[in-house]
Amino acid sequence: MYETNYHRASSVEEAGKLFTGSEDAKYLGGGQTLIPTMKQRLAAPVDLVDLGGIDDLKGIAEDSGALRIGAGTTHYDVATSDVVKRLIPGLAHLAACIGDPAVRHMGTMGGSIANNDPAADYPSALVALGATVTTSTRELSAEEFFTGMFETALEEDEIVIAVSFPVPEKSAYSKYPNPASRYAMAGVFVAKTKDGSVRVAATGAGQDGVFRIAAMEQALAETWSADAVAGISVDAGDLLSDIHGTAEYRANLVTVMAKRAVAAAG
Amino acid sequence: MTKVAMTLNGKKVTADVEDRTLLVHYIREAQGLTGTHVGCDTSQCGACVVHVNGRAVKSCTMLAAQASNAEVLTVEGLANGAELHPVQAAFREHHGLQCGFCTPGMIMTAVDMIQRHGGNLDEKTIRHELEGNICRCTGYHNIVKAIKAAADQMSALQTAAE
Amino acid sequence: MGVEGIGARALRKEDKRFITGKGKYTDDKVLPRMTYAAFVRSPHAHAKITNIDASAALEMPGVEAVLTGHELVADGIGNLICGWMVHSKDGSPMNMGAWRALESEIVRHTGQAVAVVIADTQELARDAADAVNVDYEELPAIVSASAALLDGAPQLHPEAPNNLIFDWEIGDEASTDAAFASASHVTRMEIENNRLVPNPMEPRAAVADYDVAEEHYTLYTTSQNPHVARLVLSAFYNVAPEHKLRVIAPDVGGGFGSKIFIYPEEIVALWASKRVGRPVKWVSDRTEAFLTDAHGRDHKTVAELALDANNKITGFRVKTVANLGAYMSLFSSSVPTYLYATLLSGQYDIPAIHANVKAVYTNTTPVDAYRGAGRPEATFVVERIIETAAREVGMSPVDFRRQNFVRSFPHQTPVIMCYDAGDHDATLDAALKAIDYDGFPARKSEAASRGKLRGMGLSCYIEACGIAPSAAVGSLGAGVGLWESAEVRVNPVGTIEVLTGSHSHGQGHETTFAQLVSERFGVGTETVAIVHGDTDKVQFGMGTYGSRSGAVGMSAIVKALDKVEAKAKRIAAHLMEASEGDIQIEGGVLKVAGTDKKLSFSEIALAAYTAHNLPEGMEPGLKEGAFYDPTNFTFPSGTYACEVEVDPDTGKTEIVNFVAADDFGKIINPMIVEGQVHGGLTQGIGQALLENAAYDENGQLLSASYMDYAMPRADDVPSYQLLTTETLCPGNPLGMKGCGEAGAIGSPPAVINAITDAINNNDLAMPATAERVWRASRGALPQAAE
Repeated sequence: MYETNYHRASSVEEAGKLFTGSEDAKYLGGGQTLIPTMKQRLAAPVDLVDLGGIDDLKGIAEDSGALRIGAGTTHYDVATSDVVKRLIPGLAHLAACIGDPAVRHMGTMGGSIANNDPAADYPSALVALGATVTTSTRELSAEEFFTGMFETALEEDEIVIAVSFPVPEKSAYSKYPNPASRYAMAGVFVAKTKDGSVRVAATGAGQDGVFRIAAMEQALAETWSADAVAGISVDAGDLLSDIHGTAEYRANLVTVMAKRAVAAAG
Repeated sequence: MTKVAMTLNGKKVTADVEDRTLLVHYIREAQGLTGTHVGCDTSQCGACVVHVNGRAVKSCTMLAAQASNAEVLTVEGLANGAELHPVQAAFREHHGLQCGFCTPGMIMTAVDMIQRHGGNLDEKTIRHELEGNICRCTGYHNIVKAIKAAADQMSALQTAAE
Repeated sequence: MGVEGIGARALRKEDKRFITGKGKYTDDKVLPRMTYAAFVRSPHAHAKITNIDASAALEMPGVEAVLTGHELVADGIGNLICGWMVHSKDGSPMNMGAWRALESEIVRHTGQAVAVVIADTQELARDAADAVNVDYEELPAIVSASAALLDGAPQLHPEAPNNLIFDWEIGDEASTDAAFASASHVTRMEIENNRLVPNPMEPRAAVADYDVAEEHYTLYTTSQNPHVARLVLSAFYNVAPEHKLRVIAPDVGGGFGSKIFIYPEEIVALWASKRVGRPVKWVSDRTEAFLTDAHGRDHKTVAELALDANNKITGFRVKTVANLGAYMSLFSSSVPTYLYATLLSGQYDIPAIHANVKAVYTNTTPVDAYRGAGRPEATFVVERIIETAAREVGMSPVDFRRQNFVRSFPHQTPVIMCYDAGDHDATLDAALKAIDYDGFPARKSEAASRGKLRGMGLSCYIEACGIAPSAAVGSLGAGVGLWESAEVRVNPVGTIEVLTGSHSHGQGHETTFAQLVSERFGVGTETVAIVHGDTDKVQFGMGTYGSRSGAVGMSAIVKALDKVEAKAKRIAAHLMEASEGDIQIEGGVLKVAGTDKKLSFSEIALAAYTAHNLPEGMEPGLKEGAFYDPTNFTFPSGTYACEVEVDPDTGKTEIVNFVAADDFGKIINPMIVEGQVHGGLTQGIGQALLENAAYDENGQLLSASYMDYAMPRADDVPSYQLLTTETLCPGNPLGMKGCGEAGAIGSPPAVINAITDAINNNDLAMPATAERVWRASRGALPQAAE
């Protein structure tokens, strides 16, 4: 790791000031991606602004038909939260699938979505659940927020404050992990809203990160059953191909994971 | 350089370190506790697992400064004097270690796992919970046995105490 | 603790330090004024170095030195060598290219070291290493061994035209050809043995300390064989004469073969410590380990098996291309030859075998011994083709194996080895019973009702270990003898130190070796200390690999114990005025048979050292040494049975039951032996399902971290069922065969045979990743067993 200057912010405002006062800063959430990247000398911020000490960024609350999760909330806290398990069990399950126990103790929702790793789990939930991302300056829909592989709509100094998830009628996440990294080779989040509309979002497989699968959404809106998506394939031409799986295999996984997610949602 | 202070295995410690110093290097080099190991550079092997404020974390994936003023527990702080922690004793009793290199991280992960699950640990859960710890020697068979035995013993002790 | 002799499941003496964080590994060593080394490594697989500019790095804070191959050569440091001479079939010696610890002209694999920075801290050294500018002129690279042999392929070493290191053969080609000419059935297969990265959890490390006043070096390092390291560093690399070099291998966190060899980094650390006049520490990170630790396996083989009309095997023909990487590592030549092709007879009576092995240079990390070393490759070829032949001729794989088993011992194979003892039916019977082989069809049907494809696979392995008779290996080209030494020192108070040339890096020698002493003298293991891993303490030894520490290392201890026992009895007989033949040792006491006269072991020890009243002419003291040179290899064997369920939707394989029935001969500590098998099985299953060192066509290692190299985790493997049967090895005093590698040797074919059975498609390469299995199983709908 190259040398850096560490700052711990105690408020969002202070964090923003520290950031803009630096020639080259990065925000540090739980650090589970940024620290390894810095260790590999692939990132070398002059200043690191740690958001871990900002209490306002933490917490899970039910808020008029929605579930609001602070950006600094750890995966562990999401996975084990009674509120999350009651309102959106698929989201709790997803959080329990991220990394490993020690990573879940440190990693945060805000850090994960701000990085938008194409193999990360959370983006699929945000997109499928139609979540709203609140930042230090604005509100964005999930689909506005995620703009491509490792790309988001965030401005340099913008901080994710919280994510608000409308509570669905049912939802579930099914993931096929990469055997080495345990990131998603394909992860599919399915959600049926209380007004009956359906969203299906896949992560891990797409070249541009998370994507929705319209054909599955239509099929499931008509008939909510695993069989309804069994015959629907995504175009392998848009999928990732690497030593762990070809695009064709990932396309198969997307269909299989979708089936399993629907079955799990009940 | 930053002065980083924390409570390490119950003792208040402090050291001046570069800001880029990882918690694992703070523990190993600044504080001389070499039981916590580094086995990879991608946060996957778990040889470096310690507890920060009561939760298992990978000390290679955290700056020492992030743990400022925290309570940090390493494998050296687990035993009560000469009396081994039940997880330590179970690893020995069930031959849950060979070369010993992954062992401190395994033990710290196991203690955290048992704290979270109590006596409700079956083999499948234990194997899943060990996702972030790699052992190349034991094939995990005896590690799983050791954790199960320790969890059963600790929950029996707790039940007896209640 | 107390008396814990042969056969006791004694808990390990070494565990206390490991479970309390008090292990002492190389990276834990801190010396005053210590500096840190960081290597500048080639990003290219094949390139000409046109310039190395260290000027910016030398200006950086904390930098002591930047050293390159030019200084290394100027200081007379020798090239790395391969210590086992193999001759091609035309009689010519192997073609070994030059390998410098720091390369300054042509780099031949990604990650090869071209310079080293020595600085005050590890991070400052790495900062400066990034600032060393090396200009390269890229050359075309070659990563496939088969392609490297073709005309027009990029050439690595001028010494090895067409990249061919040797073209070697074993067995009788004419009689093998004759067997095929008259065969009623021939099974032919192309078999690949995937390249693996050993991955001990402790990365390699070295701390080198030069004492200018004494002109003496000390090297703390992660070695399986510190004496061999000292010998090679001294005799070939000219770092220092042996008496001026002490090598200490403290606690070592696993090796699996990869810590046998001497690598550039240890040489450079020693040399640099003299250059800068300060101790030098180097610790590999995991990425460096992937790029520079010797890899394992990487064979491509065409195998043909000839059967007569009764399905008796009459001939076996094997052609293998072995990829040895960019340089010949220390024992690399022996792995695809004498450790591989000599095991091609498997457990079977095969009258004619011929094998041809071509070893090839490529622009990849050097390949050498990894757990099993040649024997897993042989076992995979044999057990895959045996299973396939049985399927082709419509015989049950069990009956086909039984029909061809070797049943009388000793058995001379056509490929050098003479099997001394074994009972292959016994391990096969034990495994079939434990896995409920007869109940498999019902389980297959039940699995099908859940949409899963269930399969059963067997592997009947035999391996050669207890490495090795010195004269025999000498005649085959080994540069060293492979005996072992031991010294038993009884202290005046009766406690005992055993010095051994074996080295424990996870195998539990401190416990098992103490059990030998406990058994012999009836003393508690807590009064016994095992001393190893330090060339200043132990006179010499050959180290630990090839499952040799039991059969060879412990045999040396037994020989030394024999001498101590004889002397103790003479002293006891003298003191108690009895005849030597009447002295019995029991529970730490030497008694005169048929009387109540007795002296404790510690009283005898004290008498030996006070020397006030010893037999006429006897030297004082109670300390004896021994060298043991085995008379043959040992031959552990067994049957592994693997039952899998494949998810046809994803191709994911779950191992639902795995039985290992092994014949290891005499077992000293069953608990430790079981642990060795568990670990070996998991490495073998890792090879079969997960692990692969993948290169792209430019020689970049794509799986260079745990993000991309799939190490087996706890949820990838099952709990195992282990059984042992026992035929004693007649070649050593305890009847031991060795157990360290069997699991890794026997398990891969069992797994692949099981999956191919499940998916009803025999065309499946390792690692059998989910995608490969998914593709191979398409169309294989779950169905009830016939």
